Amino acid sequence: MAAGVATWLPFARAAAVGWLPLAKKTMPKPPVDKKSRNDEILFVNVSGLRFQTWKNTLDRYPDTLLGSSEKEFFFNEDTQEYFFDRDPEMFRHILNFYRTGKLHYPRQECIQAFDEELAFYGIVPDIIGDCCMEEYRDRKKENQERLAEDTEAEMATDTPLPPHSTSRERLWRAFENPHTSTMALVFYYVTGFFIAVSVIANVVETVPCRPLKGSKKDLPCGEKYSLAFFCMDTACVLIFTFEYLMRLFAAPSRCKFMRSVMSVIDVVAIMPYYIGLVMPENEDVSGAFVTLRVFRVFRIFKFSRHSQGLRILGYTLKSCASELGFLLFSLTMAIIIFATVMFYAEKGTKGTNFTSIPASFWYTIVTMTTLGYGDMVPNTIAGKIFGSICSLSGVLVIALPVPVIVSNFSRIYHQNQRADKMRAQQKVRLARIRLAKKGTTNAFLQYKEEGGFQFRESDSALCLKNRSSFEHQHHHLLHCLEKTTNHEFTDELTFSEMCMTESVGYRTSRSTSISSQQGVTTSCCPRRAKRRAIRLANSTVSVSRGSVQELDTLQVHKTSAGPQSRSSLNARTEDLKLNCEDRDFTAAIISIPTPPANTPDESLPPSPAIPGILRNSRSSFTHETVKISSL
Amino acid sequence: MGIQGMELFAIGVVIILFVAVLKQFGILEPMSLEDSSDSDLELSTVRHQPEGLEQLQAQTKFTKKELQSLYRGFKNECPSGLVDEETFKTIYSQFFPQGDATTYAHFLFNAFDLDRNGSIRFEDFVIGLSVLLRGSVTEKLNWAFNLYDINKDGYITKEEMLLIMKSIYDMMGRYTYPCVRDEAPSEHVEKFFQKMDRNRDGVVTIEEFIETCQKDENIMNSMQLFENVI
Repeated sequence: MAAGVATWLPFARAAAVGWLPLAKKTMPKPPVDKKSRNDEILFVNVSGLRFQTWKNTLDRYPDTLLGSSEKEFFFNEDTQEYFFDRDPEMFRHILNFYRTGKLHYPRQECIQAFDEELAFYGIVPDIIGDCCMEEYRDRKKENQERLAEDTEAEMATDTPLPPHSTSRERLWRAFENPHTSTMALVFYYVTGFFIAVSVIANVVETVPCRPLKGSKKDLPCGEKYSLAFFCMDTACVLIFTFEYLMRLFAAPSRCKFMRSVMSVIDVVAIMPYYIGLVMPENEDVSGAFVTLRVFRVFRIFKFSRHSQGLRILGYTLKSCASELGFLLFSLTMAIIIFATVMFYAEKGTKGTNFTSIPASFWYTIVTMTTLGYGDMVPNTIAGKIFGSICSLSGVLVIALPVPVIVSNFSRIYHQNQRADKMRAQQKVRLARIRLAKKGTTNAFLQYKEEGGFQFRESDSALCLKNRSSFEHQHHHLLHCLEKTTNHEFTDELTFSEMCMTESVGYRTSRSTSISSQQGVTTSCCPRRAKRRAIRLANSTVSVSRGSVQELDTLQVHKTSAGPQSRSSLNARTEDLKLNCEDRDFTAAIISIPTPPANTPDESLPPSPAIPGILRNSRSSFTHETVKISSL
Repeated sequence: MGIQGMELFAIGVVIILFVAVLKQFGILEPMSLEDSSDSDLELSTVRHQPEGLEQLQAQTKFTKKELQSLYRGFKNECPSGLVDEETFKTIYSQFFPQGDATTYAHFLFNAFDLDRNGSIRFEDFVIGLSVLLRGSVTEKLNWAFNLYDINKDGYITKEEMLLIMKSIYDMMGRYTYPCVRDEAPSEHVEKFFQKMDRNRDGVVTIEEFIETCQKDENIMNSMQLFENVI
């Protein structure tokens, strides 16, 4: 119900007094209203812009955020106002909705931003007032279409095939997207070539060639070189038939494929040949056969698979069907009117061409489209006057639907352009996304490794590499995941190499890990770091963790600069004699090899040098170490 | 040849088209009727300001705050300060979506529109509310009588009552339990008249009405029900 109705409800209830004398039964008790009726002004602070409104105004819509008790979550005790960290410009419209009961859509705002604001405040977009509803719907539909296009473009065409696709699916993909494989491309061009050849042959075989020796009559080339043409036709038809059968076989949905326009064109293109083969050399039947050959010209439509422009034209015509229909209808009306008038105008003239109304149709059409062949001309004055009116109106009638068709064509064309641009940008975009993902993985790996670097007092540059608390927490999370699954994150390269060089890496990593054990007690961070660096450099053997289990301990040290704890991992520790005092944090990675199941001779106890190992950060004053087991 | 049939017609057509074109270009202005669409604009700019707050306080039994609150709501809905009958009907119908409340709203509108000028001003609105919510029993009954008395002649006839009753039943709509029969309004009217019409003269006067209602316990009790609406 509209907002104002709430205002009138007390009035309607009061007017119910009028029913009392008529009532057959006693009236029910009214509901008890415990709320205080006093209206108060509320303060709403949206990102610094202060709004004030009556409480009643907000209470009009109790199922929205502002109208219900949900807003209490945003109440700021200190300033005694409701604080929302949202867009203040949009809030204006939201508040106006409460005030007037009508939600307006601001035209200059992005539709998605608006929708998000509505969702946040719990307002259903359906109540947008009529004045703005159309604009809102249009923009929303446009946006959705664009998003759908994007996802389609993402998922379609250029994505690599799923690994276990059948030959049938591969074949279909080859047909639909020829640029995916060279074979498909070759086939694509070959069919294109043969379509062209077939069309040219059809055209050329009607051209008159020089007559055979001894006869005077000009023969069309088709009859002179009938065998050659027949062979060419056969070849083309064979190719087309083959292609059609292949497509039919590969199509995911055969019924749908058979009903599609392109397949119908294919069939119509090759049918005449086969019918011609089957047909006997009968005189009267061959007349019909000749007519059938006309259908061979449909082969030219097969080009639409090869040309996008043709397809766009086809879509345009399809989408403008109503305008074209209107054009046709109005033209027909005008033709009939003018033909009738001309006929009766010219009726008196002797030897006139306007023998009947249908005969006048020809004149009218020729005049309205401003062709003006001149084979039929009016002689009387009236006829001439009407003829001129006819040609003037013809121009108008034809010019009217043309802009609509043109605008449709332009829209579809631009859509296509955009799709192409999307595809081009797609690659860049995907590459960027991949890079970003790799970046975070690398940051994480680096983070783990770099702990060693932090021990070097001279290496202050690395210690000063500030990471935000967000990154710390993120890395902690990844650590936790690694712990949970007992697996470790690596990057692509190392993963692929690890798979290949598992056995080789075993030895090398063992050696590094054994030597690293010494590093635990003697602040061997530099050496450790070096080894780590070497390991990273020799990426072939860096992470052959299939055989060695290492325990990476991450220890974060917080200096006496107290309250600056940037991440929950920050902790004090006094045990390790670290000299990086003026740094906010350090990370130490101490590698402790623990025996895996299959190397019994490497039984090394967990290092006792790590005191007080805590899994989770409980307080910032105990040393906290986070163990990450790597496998 | 002289000018004949078709050609005459053709010439006539051409002359007419010529005149039309001239008119289009405004060169030839035939006597056109005064454009009456301008006058419509004026009506919508009519607005009404209510009397002062103190005066309304004197006329009604509402406190200042209540009047302020009422006026804010009223003005929000009708920025021009006037409610015309169509708007009133629309608003009232929203409370009764199942049935057709327009007829009853019409009667209600007439009951509120004290000076019968076709629109309810804020004074009418608030005075009516004051009677209904804060008035004495007699005043309320008076108001109800005024509602039933469609032509405001001081007598309720059976026809008037039947109209009122039908409009009330219309508000119920079709889907009721038990179904509203066609005779239900007239039966109800009969019962009403049996109760109210003391001297059996076929009309109910204000004295009969008030007297009967005061004797009826149910009605008296239910009069208190709507007092805390605001």
